[in-house]
Amino acid sequence: MKTKSIASLLLTTALTLAAASLAHADDKVVKIGALSDQSGLYADLGGPGSTLAAQMAVEDSGLTGKGWKIDIIAGDHQNKPDIGVNIARQWFDVDKVDVIVDVPNSGVALAVSNIVKEKNGILLNSGAGTSDLTNSQCTPNTIHWTYDTYTLAHGTGSALTKNGGDSWFFLTADYAFGAALERDTTAAVQAAGGKVLGGVKAPLSTADFSSFLLQAQASKAKIIGLANAGADTTNSIKQAAEFGITSGGQKLAALLLFITDVHSLGLNTAQGLNFTETFYWDMNDGTRAFAKRFQERMKNHNMPTMVHAGVYASLSHYFKALEALGGNPHDGAKIVAKMKEIPTDDALFGKGSIQPNGRTIHPAYLFEVKKPSESKGPWDYYKLVSTIPADEAFTPLDKSTCPLLKK
Amino acid sequence: MQALYAQLLVGLINGSFYALLSLGLAVIFGMLNIINFAHGALYMMGAFVAYFLLNLFGINYWWALLISPLVVGIFGMILERTMLKWLTGLDHLYGLLLTFGLALIIQGVFQNYFGSSGLPYSIPDQLRGGMNLGFMFLPIYRGWVVVFSLVVCLATWFLIERTRLGAYLRAATENPTLVRAFGINVPRMITLTYGLGVGLAALAGVLSAPINQVRPLMGADLIIVVFAVVVIGGMGSIMGSIITGFALGVIEGLTKYFYPEASNTVVFVLMVLVLLVKPTGLTGRAA
Repeated sequence: MKTKSIASLLLTTALTLAAASLAHADDKVVKIGALSDQSGLYADLGGPGSTLAAQMAVEDSGLTGKGWKIDIIAGDHQNKPDIGVNIARQWFDVDKVDVIVDVPNSGVALAVSNIVKEKNGILLNSGAGTSDLTNSQCTPNTIHWTYDTYTLAHGTGSALTKNGGDSWFFLTADYAFGAALERDTTAAVQAAGGKVLGGVKAPLSTADFSSFLLQAQASKAKIIGLANAGADTTNSIKQAAEFGITSGGQKLAALLLFITDVHSLGLNTAQGLNFTETFYWDMNDGTRAFAKRFQERMKNHNMPTMVHAGVYASLSHYFKALEALGGNPHDGAKIVAKMKEIPTDDALFGKGSIQPNGRTIHPAYLFEVKKPSESKGPWDYYKLVSTIPADEAFTPLDKSTCPLLKK
Repeated sequence: MQALYAQLLVGLINGSFYALLSLGLAVIFGMLNIINFAHGALYMMGAFVAYFLLNLFGINYWWALLISPLVVGIFGMILERTMLKWLTGLDHLYGLLLTFGLALIIQGVFQNYFGSSGLPYSIPDQLRGGMNLGFMFLPIYRGWVVVFSLVVCLATWFLIERTRLGAYLRAATENPTLVRAFGINVPRMITLTYGLGVGLAALAGVLSAPINQVRPLMGADLIIVVFAVVVIGGMGSIMGSIITGFALGVIEGLTKYFYPEASNTVVFVLMVLVLLVKPTGLTGRAA
């Protein structure tokens, strides 16, 4: 018994030492942490799909065939900043994670971004919307892909105001994202000559929006701006139809709408909604090929959202930078600097670049949800209204309040 | 002032769901002494069964109102027979833990297959549209929910407090041995009671399907509030849970108007206050 336990102790020690020396000799080891809402209201737009997108990016990079060892772990932040921060700390300190991806929920993303900077890791954000990540809260370790509240505000907000929707009332999710989206949209609406009549803040993950919708109805605003996301948005849209808001002449602006939301609502309820996204699966051969592979491997056979696409594209770009640097993937700021040097080019978002404040710029699109008669089958939901060029879709550099720019 | 009327009415609508769910919990706690944490998951199953009935078998909403509570009720009775039965006489904590675990498993399974965004279920044709009440536009479906759940609540109260069957049930909880001596099958009665409580949850699920999305998490979001309602009303009190359900819906509705940011917490603030002043709940009897 005693000899056996000593033997096993020796064996463990030997293995640990071997593992340690292996890690030391081979500096082509990367660990990716997919931090998301795995089970709550944002799980369909990010969640397990983002982990899958990360896996696909690793496989498609071909790096594992060139001697790299790349692992992915997933975490559930449950939309709570404190939990997100704890996971991030543990990932950096114990699990030796190099890069964190996704992080929907702006409150969590802002908190995690601070840890990432402190630990000199990398945050490739796709899921969170707040434009603060590349403005007042920017860091040399964060890159913001996919979209932000500025994009949504200037896409949907400006377009609707110019089309005659010149008075707005906001139904806002009561946390960092909702506040940022309301602020940015208000600016866009006012710049386009509209005015904001008021707003109401609803707690995150509310089941019944009728009280808030009645207040919006009473405001007599032409446009009711939904500054929320995920299941909150689908519930508000569904209940707005029920209370006769849309048939009463007021128009809903779903400022952030994902394809999984449209799928969940059904075309009957969602038809005619205008919204802004930067990715749709049926744009070109590249997006269709990616989406088809994604859908086959996704457990519930959903199409990828733009958040999933952003996780894939940002990681693919990260791998390009790793390859260019040749090894030692543990200095976050250095890799991010390299990522900013290389122009972005992928099948999902097209050609673009990463600005010094960490904002990736690429075109955005104003879509309209098809009528049931126009849709050819499942997931054929969007028609393109207009394309917003990359330089108009995101905060202009001279207006960015990112401290990194003042040198 | 008009806006206030509208908020009161909306509160009443939400209160209907609270009342139906807390009533089921009260029935189960009163008769089985089990704190049924699986209630939210069973409510969610009720909505999903309605969705399946419509999309797989073309069975409409009206039949779903009947079939879904039966299906979920039978599922509940199987749970009771195979698992909960063994907890009779043990501390409340065991029942709570077991049902909480069951809730997590059921929810996890649904989430695995259906994600979190939910599935659409539309309002039945007969209840579409709305009426203009002057101070607000009332969707007919919402009005139906209030009336229907009020009728169901009162019928359940009548069944338990005013009929012979109800008297047996209440007697069986007081002294099972004696009731058994009269030739009444007490274990079967308990199983049926659990089925009834669960069926009420499923019924609430079907009612809410056209209003909310049919989502795996719809129960988890609601159940905590419902538990607060039960605690405020007093565990095991049938009428107490009905009245508290409706009343708290109204209070929550008013909060959404005057201070919307607090609308998710107001129920818990009330719960704390009630517990401080009267730990047995407003209508509860001392244990």
